[in-house]
Amino acid sequence: MAEFRMPSLGADMDAGTLVEWLKKPGDRVSRGDIIAEVETEKGIIEVEVFTSGVVERFLVEPGTKVPVGTALAILQEDGATPAAPAPSAAPAPAPSRTDAAPVPVPPTPAPAKPEAPPRISPAARKRAAELGVDPASVAGTGPGGAVTLEDVEGAVPRAPEDARSRMRHAIAAAMARSKREIPHYYVNHTVDVTPLLSWIERFNEAAQVPDRIIPGVAFLKSVALALREFPAFNGFWMDGRATPSSGIHVGAAVALRGGGLVAPAIRDTDRLSLVELMHAFRDLVARARASGLRSSEMSDPTITVTSLGDRGTESVLGVIYPPQLAIVGFGRILLRPWVVDGAVAPRSVVHLSLAADHRATDGHEGALFLARIAENLEKPEAL
Amino acid sequence: MTREEIRTLVLRTFARIAPEADLATLDPKADVREALDVDSMDLNQFVLAIHDALGVDIPERELPKFFTVDGAVRELEARLSKEK
Repeated sequence: MAEFRMPSLGADMDAGTLVEWLKKPGDRVSRGDIIAEVETEKGIIEVEVFTSGVVERFLVEPGTKVPVGTALAILQEDGATPAAPAPSAAPAPAPSRTDAAPVPVPPTPAPAKPEAPPRISPAARKRAAELGVDPASVAGTGPGGAVTLEDVEGAVPRAPEDARSRMRHAIAAAMARSKREIPHYYVNHTVDVTPLLSWIERFNEAAQVPDRIIPGVAFLKSVALALREFPAFNGFWMDGRATPSSGIHVGAAVALRGGGLVAPAIRDTDRLSLVELMHAFRDLVARARASGLRSSEMSDPTITVTSLGDRGTESVLGVIYPPQLAIVGFGRILLRPWVVDGAVAPRSVVHLSLAADHRATDGHEGALFLARIAENLEKPEAL
Repeated sequence: MTREEIRTLVLRTFARIAPEADLATLDPKADVREALDVDSMDLNQFVLAIHDALGVDIPERELPKFFTVDGAVRELEARLSKEK
């Protein structure tokens, strides 16, 4: 028997709201299956299960907010024996001798509620009838556990808030916390990406269609590689101090159509080739825009990269996603007059920015980090 | 494949990329980057989807020809007839 618990979907998450169960008791689940949707400050996340087996029963109803680590469901793991029935449940009938091979034991139903009619005030009973609420399903808070008018009204299922407004709320909470708690400092740099663009053009000429890359992927990789030398920007601010992360998991900010954004992590960004990164990034963008992100992708990006792409403005100064330590911004690639070897020439340039937590690092180190990212972009063959 | 079938495929592909857009009112001569707020990742997905559906490889330098629905239909028609 295994408990499926409210996962931590970020170092700063201490509670989450179960939005919906996507499986039902009796369903088979395999490791990696999406079992539920959970709402956090980062939006609604599909949560994966890490054991294979059968869903035995749910412990938490949709709409309930619970702390990280709270058991949400009981799973019957493959190879494990079924759980003994709860003591309060009626004894199971003795199996008849004529039974053939053992059949899977159906999930133990929750203990039935006592049959006695619920204590309820007349006003509450009337209101319950008006609202279509079954008084027996309401937990009473009145004297002796009696169901009060307020209990009835509180039990009316509220219309689910629409996903877009929930996401707005999540972004609002995270960004307000960032600006309230994190003393941002900013450094900027402009880098000539003409060699990068011609390198990508040549790369794509030779590549199969699915393996063609876009500059945004090179941006992600340039940051990931620079973080190896500048680990102070990679990690979290927790318990009053910077806690660098050993893995480099870049969160790629993805704008959603119609508003909102998510920044899912690409695991071990620094260790992926540009083509692998392209596949991962394309898949993430497609699923983020279709709202199908997984819990493991939302867990702890160690830094965020925001790239305005070819439809953006010249520059962007990011807001750090708490409790991360930094965010790197890439503006739109622009054709600009640039001095090359003492002469002015038209070059493709991009504006880089770093917003970092001044509690963890200082401007000089930030400038060196940004310069390293620029150098990585100037040597695309090393990406 | 007829021109209308190609047009349907092009529109359906853009519809998957920009599901909120009303493609019935999209000007077939409009630049989709503006009209549908399509970025380089979206265009990459468009090229991949066309490749998967028709086996047509759109080289990157030819991509600007696909920035309008009319242009994309014309290019795909030309490429498909050349292959025959």
